[in-house]
Amino acid sequence: MMGSENDDESHLHSSKEEMENLFLREDGDPLTINHVNGDKSNSNYRSAMSTLSDSRHPSIVVTPADSDPLFAPPSYYRESRSPRSKPNGGDRGSSYLEPPSYADVIFSPFDDISEINGSEDGGSRHSQSSDSLSRSPSSLSSDYIKITVSNPQKEQEATNSMIPGGSTYITYQITTRTNLSEYGGSDFSVRRRFRDIVTLADRLAESYRGFCIPPRPDKSVVESQVMQKQEFVEQRRVALEKYLRRLVAHPVIRNSDELKVFLQAQGKLPLATSTYVASRMLDGAVKLPKQLFGEGGGASSVEVVQPARGGRDFLRLFKELRQSVSNDWGGSKPPVVEEDKEFLEKKEKMYDLEQQIINASQQAESLVKAQQDMGETMGEMGLAFIKLTKFENEEAVFNSQRARANDMKNFATSAVKASRFYRELNSQTVKHLDTLHDYLGLMMAVQGAFADRSSALLTVQTLLSELSSLGARAEKLEAASSKVFGGDKSRIKKIEELKETIKVTEDSKNVAIREYEQIKENNWCEVERLDRERRADFLNMMKGFVVNQVGYAEKIANVWTKVAEETSQYGRESS
Amino acid sequence: MESTTEQPRNISGSMQSPRSPSSQPYLSVSVTDPVKLGNGVQAYISYRVITKTNLPDYQGPEKIVIRRYSDFVWLRDRLFEKYKGIFIPPLPEKSAVEKFRFSAEFIEMRRAALDIFVNRIALHPELQHSEDLRTFLQADEETMDRFRFQETGIFKKPADLMQMFRDVQSKVSDAVLGKEKPVEETTADYEKLKHYIFELENHLAEAQKHAYRLVKRHRELGQSLLDFGKAVKLLGACEGEPTGKAFSDLGTKSELLSIKLQKEAQQVLMNFEEPLKDYVRYVQSIKATIAERGTAFKQHCELAETTKLKEINLDKLMLTRSDKVGEAEIEYREVTALLEIL
Repeated sequence: MMGSENDDESHLHSSKEEMENLFLREDGDPLTINHVNGDKSNSNYRSAMSTLSDSRHPSIVVTPADSDPLFAPPSYYRESRSPRSKPNGGDRGSSYLEPPSYADVIFSPFDDISEINGSEDGGSRHSQSSDSLSRSPSSLSSDYIKITVSNPQKEQEATNSMIPGGSTYITYQITTRTNLSEYGGSDFSVRRRFRDIVTLADRLAESYRGFCIPPRPDKSVVESQVMQKQEFVEQRRVALEKYLRRLVAHPVIRNSDELKVFLQAQGKLPLATSTYVASRMLDGAVKLPKQLFGEGGGASSVEVVQPARGGRDFLRLFKELRQSVSNDWGGSKPPVVEEDKEFLEKKEKMYDLEQQIINASQQAESLVKAQQDMGETMGEMGLAFIKLTKFENEEAVFNSQRARANDMKNFATSAVKASRFYRELNSQTVKHLDTLHDYLGLMMAVQGAFADRSSALLTVQTLLSELSSLGARAEKLEAASSKVFGGDKSRIKKIEELKETIKVTEDSKNVAIREYEQIKENNWCEVERLDRERRADFLNMMKGFVVNQVGYAEKIANVWTKVAEETSQYGRESS
Repeated sequence: MESTTEQPRNISGSMQSPRSPSSQPYLSVSVTDPVKLGNGVQAYISYRVITKTNLPDYQGPEKIVIRRYSDFVWLRDRLFEKYKGIFIPPLPEKSAVEKFRFSAEFIEMRRAALDIFVNRIALHPELQHSEDLRTFLQADEETMDRFRFQETGIFKKPADLMQMFRDVQSKVSDAVLGKEKPVEETTADYEKLKHYIFELENHLAEAQKHAYRLVKRHRELGQSLLDFGKAVKLLGACEGEPTGKAFSDLGTKSELLSIKLQKEAQQVLMNFEEPLKDYVRYVQSIKATIAERGTAFKQHCELAETTKLKEINLDKLMLTRSDKVGEAEIEYREVTALLEIL
């Protein structure tokens, strides 16, 4: 799909500007500023592109890994932008009009917002995370893909049951509805277990270094008894659904082979458990490498593309560790320094942002609790007064008592009504402010992307220093052998071998550098995309939150105003 | 129940009436200016009590005295003693928590309640003529102190017998609720009234409890809106435009709302919960009066019996020896007098 594009630079840039303009045109005030950002990203993009040699361009088209996302970020960028931008059209504008009375609007804006978000099939997290704001696919001409996780079932491990009964595990039914052409059908479902999710996540982490990959749900270290409890299973089901939905929301990852296989292949998941053992290491299942005791040759160019940390190459890991130590001590200045000030600034900004999001989401939680308490207490008070009213009515001796009891009843029912409104207000508030929670997960993904960059840089540095030490050895040998007249057979042989190793290492170094640059690009694109989406999502969240508050405040105020009017005589009597 | 709380302070229309002040009798009281006096454990709040009146028994058109909470307690106790059967307006409670005792909020709530208390007395057709009220409103501080110490000290004379029955007051509720069978004055109506009062207290107390919680919720919501606003502003500082400005605005509005909510909490407290509490106290005061009535009735019966016995005794003595007669006669007269009082 992507490889067929003719990616020469000018074409790219004009199309990018085109995209930015599209974006500009349909969005109202809030997003005009994107123009500025768009320019900036444009120039960054250009500079990122220019760090690569020109020779790179042919390789994009030629590389067998045609669908390899690592080598074709520009095309995804264009591809996903256009379908998303179009349907935004007029809809966005209307949601930002001031409604005459929020109270009237209150029950329709949730439909409005869902339509708007529905049109952003890849974009807004907002629409993804709540079921009630589900999109109406039929009204859209663009792509959509919807995933549902349901129907957890207990299954048994058939093989290796030396223990009668064997171990049981839960599988979930994963149903996909889509009109994307890459997928075979439009409706299909498979059964997967949690272990498969872990495999998927690991494989994605391998293949998409530098990207902000949404974090997968945690493995929980719990007893098997708890594992099968309904609450736990339900929690996990929800988490899985959220995770998969986020994956397909990502414009690059949604097209990945791994994901496609995961969603479509029937029967057992045919993805090899990855060489990326990082997650397994956390489980404590570390295996000793044979390499540690063997002769470590030059790192092969294929393996170089993976981070040392996650791989089985413990020798390489050791070397890189040594390198990072020497980097730290500053004994020898590392040949390639993370000099990109912009990157470092960005990293810090991301960290700050993460802290603030954490803080805001905590405060949002306590706000929700306070609103809930208010509603509850209001309701309880209303009930207490209703009881009082009933009592007064029963025991009344004078008619005036009954009249007063009636008024009191109106008051009490108003309190109960208000309480109900508070509860509704709150459930909507939760949906809106949930965006903050979602972004916590995404900030983790950003961290992961930055970590990929750092580890790739470390690999490069390690190789560079290895190259220089190999070169030094070669020099020494040559100098020594030249002193021996007629040549030193054994030394010459050694020099030959060394030269071979140097060549291999040189190749690896080049691959590593390419990898590093690629990851840098990916980082940039992802961060830009994330920033943009986040800003839109946050604006949406705020609008939703505020409209909600106002609407319900109006409703509650009306309730009290009415009862105040009805009982105004008491006020008059007392003044 | 009466709604004297809501009635104007003056019995007549306005104090500033151009007619000669003596045309309409009025008695207007206000409790103001709480001031903290004293140090440490002995610190207390004093209030200014301003009386404006044209009643002949009072000194002059206006009098200002300084009173403290225990003076009000004295007044209430005296009235309770002297005006049996009348519902005495309730006093605000003594505060159990030391720290809270001098908080501005508590002091204001107490002042308002004391003001209502005195005014209810001043407007009550019978209580307003009380001598103790006059003392309370006019005596200088030293005299007041003396009176107050007397009250908490030894008992006054005619109440010796009363004392005995007062000790029994702990059993009052049982008596009133009819748990003690024989000595019970009751009619169907009276029973109904008693039942009503008791149930009413429960309902009012529950309503007040929820009202108090509602005040707390308002405060909590205000606080969380404040924290939320601050957090959102900080978040906005990290973001570029337009999100940054939007967050900043949101935060500011949140903070404004929070202030309004705190104000609302205060209003709910003063205008809703406090009156409810006041009515709960009033019902409790009524219950106390009912209890007194029950006790008094019991006393009456017992005294009646005693009187009969003494009468018999007297007659016996008169027939036999005359020197003991005098004594017995005195006793008899005393007892009858007591009976009258009851």
